[in-house]
Amino acid sequence: MNLKSKDLLGLRDISSEEIEYILSTAKTMKFILSSNNKKTAHLQGKSIITLFYENSTRTRLSFELASKYMGASAANISASSSSVQKGETLIDTGKTIDRMGSDVIVIRHPMSGAPHLLAQNVKSSVINAGDGMNEHPTQALLDMFTIIEKKGTLKGLKVAIVGDILHSRVARSNIWGMTKLGAEVGISGPATLIPPGIERLGVKVFSTVQEAILDADVVMGLRIQLERQKKGLFPTTREYARFFGLDDKRLKLAKEDAIVLHPGPINRGVELSSAVIDGEQSLINEQVTNGVAVRMALLYLLTRRGSSNEIID
Amino acid sequence: MKLLIKNGHIIDAKTGLNKVSDILIDDGTVVQIENGIDSTGCETIEAKGMYVVPGLVDAHCHLREPGFEYKEDIESGTRSAAKGGFTSIACMPNTSPVLDNEAMISYVLNKAKADGIVNVYPIGAVSKGLKGEELSEIGELKFSGAVALSDDGRPVNSAALMKKAMQYASMFDITIISHCEDMDLVDEGLMNEGFYSSILGLKGNPAPAEEVMISRDLILAEYTKATIHIAHVTTELGVDLIRNAKRRGVNVTAETCPHYFSLTDQACEGFNTNAKVNPPLRTQKDVEAIIEGLRDGTIDIISTDHAPHHKDEKNVEFKLAANGMVGFETAFPLAITYLVKPGHLSIEDLVKKMCLNPSNMLGINKGSIELGTCADILIFDINEQYTVDISTLESKSKNSPFHGFKLYGQPQYTIVRGNPIVREKVLL
Repeated sequence: MNLKSKDLLGLRDISSEEIEYILSTAKTMKFILSSNNKKTAHLQGKSIITLFYENSTRTRLSFELASKYMGASAANISASSSSVQKGETLIDTGKTIDRMGSDVIVIRHPMSGAPHLLAQNVKSSVINAGDGMNEHPTQALLDMFTIIEKKGTLKGLKVAIVGDILHSRVARSNIWGMTKLGAEVGISGPATLIPPGIERLGVKVFSTVQEAILDADVVMGLRIQLERQKKGLFPTTREYARFFGLDDKRLKLAKEDAIVLHPGPINRGVELSSAVIDGEQSLINEQVTNGVAVRMALLYLLTRRGSSNEIID
Repeated sequence: MKLLIKNGHIIDAKTGLNKVSDILIDDGTVVQIENGIDSTGCETIEAKGMYVVPGLVDAHCHLREPGFEYKEDIESGTRSAAKGGFTSIACMPNTSPVLDNEAMISYVLNKAKADGIVNVYPIGAVSKGLKGEELSEIGELKFSGAVALSDDGRPVNSAALMKKAMQYASMFDITIISHCEDMDLVDEGLMNEGFYSSILGLKGNPAPAEEVMISRDLILAEYTKATIHIAHVTTELGVDLIRNAKRRGVNVTAETCPHYFSLTDQACEGFNTNAKVNPPLRTQKDVEAIIEGLRDGTIDIISTDHAPHHKDEKNVEFKLAANGMVGFETAFPLAITYLVKPGHLSIEDLVKKMCLNPSNMLGINKGSIELGTCADILIFDINEQYTVDISTLESKSKNSPFHGFKLYGQPQYTIVRGNPIVREKVLL
């Protein structure tokens, strides 16, 4: 099986079969990761460029290590130290990278749709590593991988996503992906942070966190950004924690074997209490490891599917 | 030179003319409307099976000159208008420099005389530099030829300034065209707030941003007894507010644009920047309300809001893309296809909304076919279908979301002052 598109722009655009295929490939990659010699030749002769217009620690490092573990040439460009500062457009930057022989461009951008624009203008595969409020497909893939690893399947599972859904690309990708794989997704957060009409995607919107968590198999907290408070979307982090924060007591509403996820970075004591973060039900650290495996799988599948980017037309 | 239009179905809203007849034009003036006029010595247009209506009047367009000639200029803009059947167009003052004084109005009028192929009527700014701080020289704008006032492109944020503008403009009997948008509520929104903004992860611009400002200006117009015109109405509640104000006797007219009755916010799917426009495309429910507003007369005018932008301003991230779309060359076919063909409006209704009413709102004495008046005429075939190809647009800019649309009613002839500048769909 090959992925249909040269790019991974979002989980909205790919089929459940493709998602399952990426996740099963990631299983193999995780095996490689856990071995003594974390080096394979899957990406030998390929170049992977990470083009980040936003700060990132884990996603960027995760892609970089995934590339290097598989023998690719990897390079980073960050907006603060590139021609972007000189006013170069995204398309021009992309074409420049493309012409140097990149096979995959991994892009993170503060504006929704930027990876789509890039993908239309380059021969390289484009992986969306987070665009504005739109999607963050590799994060959702690693979340789903983590759930399936623990639960065996997503089908019929009750997943609660709690927090700033409106601004969350992680939430959107997870909603697309998890509903495709048959999970029952419920969301909850302050009314000012729930995207209008989102229930049309087949998710349930709960006005209290208690209802959302009740009998859940998976509870996912999302990062609350302080600048949202300044824009008046919620009053204080204290009030947020009181009504939507996840602590031991609330977690008891979920199923006994429920797991807790968070895409990080976490505001301890706001989205999740420290006890929950460091507790037995938390798979937050496992998510990070799985992130590398999922990205290895994806890089492999995308570079395998077609001819590489030959620079000479 | 004499021009004879033979056997066309003439429809005129002002005179109520609605019959198959010939029209004789002599020296740019309509001199005879009868059957079987002798064609000796005349250039003849055979219009059998076609409709002959007044040349279209656009109350709202952007010609971009001076200042933004890389997007459009008066020559290319009027050519695009002519191709779309428009013979008189009113251009907004958000140029650079802004049309906020007598000299700038004269500049546009002179430039239009030299380069324009249709009649151009400049609209002056409400406030100096469109800054929303001080009134522009409204009296001088009026007497130098401005047909209306508007800060279009942005709202007059200060309610107090808008109130003063209405009071002051009333003294000179000039209409204020209000671009209704509460910028606090817009809050950097990029498209209609709703399901599609949610799934695209694009910041939403909610309908109340428009509706709150419409209500403000309706209240101020009622209070000051000024005459106002609400530009580009897009929402269900917006239509209802205007309907109610008209019942209360407020001197208000309103317009919508073809994209607001033919497209919804779904058109932004795929981060399609050609569907990025301000106010934004709304929902199906709003589209239906707009059509109902047109049908029951709440919305008086269909204008184009022709807003040309260079390719480089659209081929960028959605957030960075300019707002607006070109409109001259698709406006009339869209109205025919989406309003007349499904039976929402008759051709006579459409002639009111695209000829007579805009002409009356602007006070320019155009938009009708009657004896003794200047022969500005559009001839179209309602049955011939064509496919929109944006590469063939006369406008310098090609930012249209209608590429590939199959439409009816493409203008066959556009006649300005008796001179056929579009013949058999070809612009001379």
